Amino acid sequence: MAKKKESTLINMLLALFVITAVSGGVLGLVYGMTKDTIAEVDMKKNEAAIKAVLPLEGELTFKADTLTFTEDGVTTSFPCNLAFDANGNFLGAAVKTSEGGFGGKIDMMVGFLADGTIKGTSVLSHAETPGLGANMTGKFKDQFVDKNPASYKLTVSKDGGDVDAITAATITSRAFSKAVDKAYKAFEANKGQFMNHAPAETVVPETEEATEITEGGQSNE
Amino acid sequence: MSNNLQTFTKGLIKENPILVLLLGCCPTLATTTSAINGMSMGLATTFVLVLSNIFISLLKGFIPDKVRIPCFIVVIASFVTLVQLLMQAYVPDIYETLGLFIPLIVVNCIVLGRAEAFASKNPVFPSMLDGLGMGLGFTLALTLLGCLREFLGSGSIFGLTILPETANILVFILPPGAFICLGFVIAIVNQFKKESH
Repeated sequence: MAKKKESTLINMLLALFVITAVSGGVLGLVYGMTKDTIAEVDMKKNEAAIKAVLPLEGELTFKADTLTFTEDGVTTSFPCNLAFDANGNFLGAAVKTSEGGFGGKIDMMVGFLADGTIKGTSVLSHAETPGLGANMTGKFKDQFVDKNPASYKLTVSKDGGDVDAITAATITSRAFSKAVDKAYKAFEANKGQFMNHAPAETVVPETEEATEITEGGQSNE
Repeated sequence: MSNNLQTFTKGLIKENPILVLLLGCCPTLATTTSAINGMSMGLATTFVLVLSNIFISLLKGFIPDKVRIPCFIVVIASFVTLVQLLMQAYVPDIYETLGLFIPLIVVNCIVLGRAEAFASKNPVFPSMLDGLGMGLGFTLALTLLGCLREFLGSGSIFGLTILPETANILVFILPPGAFICLGFVIAIVNQFKKESH
């Protein structure tokens, strides 16, 4: 067996330096090797999530955008992907949203049709209790499908809403419903601008004029 | 050779890191909510344990005594990060369920414990066997606990439903259930050990 190096300053420095330098180098190498694959996996996951919450037929084009919504003086932005058909008609959007749950933030994606109907929900990441709150990814989330929040109250039944909470996981159920509700409000507040997006270019100047008149009217007062 | 075999098998039962040495209880309690989680965590730890034991055994002549702990930690942390990156890139599905617990392996005292107690004093081959045995013993204990808790708490084993939902005892999925299960399993193992003596 090789004799142990003595613990002199130079030996200690050398050992620590070499070990950390080699580790750092190897990790940097592996990071560089896996970086693209990881980014690809993340992108695929994102795409799969969009497809899962917006299962639409036909040829679609997606456009990334951000929805902003102001409530009680607080402005929140929601990253989203807008879906258009081959003729450029607005079909719906997959909106990213989040809310604090029982174990931490629940990141979700919700798919809305143009009329506001929920087409699907998907949990991207969460830290809820396994066996309790984590069950939201099952039967619980499916109850939102094909519901229109205009007539479907997005709070749990305990709070007077239409959502059936998960047994023994009311906080998670509340957070989930709240996240969907926030996404819906942001979607409703913003969807008008996408409706006449691509094909009806003539509409755009009209709206601009209309705003100018109102603005002028206000400044005269 | 019989000595090597003993080095390997002692981790499985006689010196099982969880059930006998009571090392690494944190990941044990946290990850055994289901059988598959427990087993995956065990296997990931085994991988890191074998690699870190090999490398620390190789480096033992080079590392001065006074800085051995930081050196061991750097070696272990590097392997954990390596595993994390590779899992994230090539097995994203497993990473999804386990990602949260992978960094926990760094502070798993079994890994540091074996580096300190065995790999830094023994040649490479026995160190590898020691890591493998201890790792598999850890995996065995975690899978057993995972099965127990999943069966009692969610009525299934490895995701296979056995009992109807009404028979589930939720507390076994939660942290208190982990302590209760671990206590009972250790008691049973102790009883067997007593009888075999």
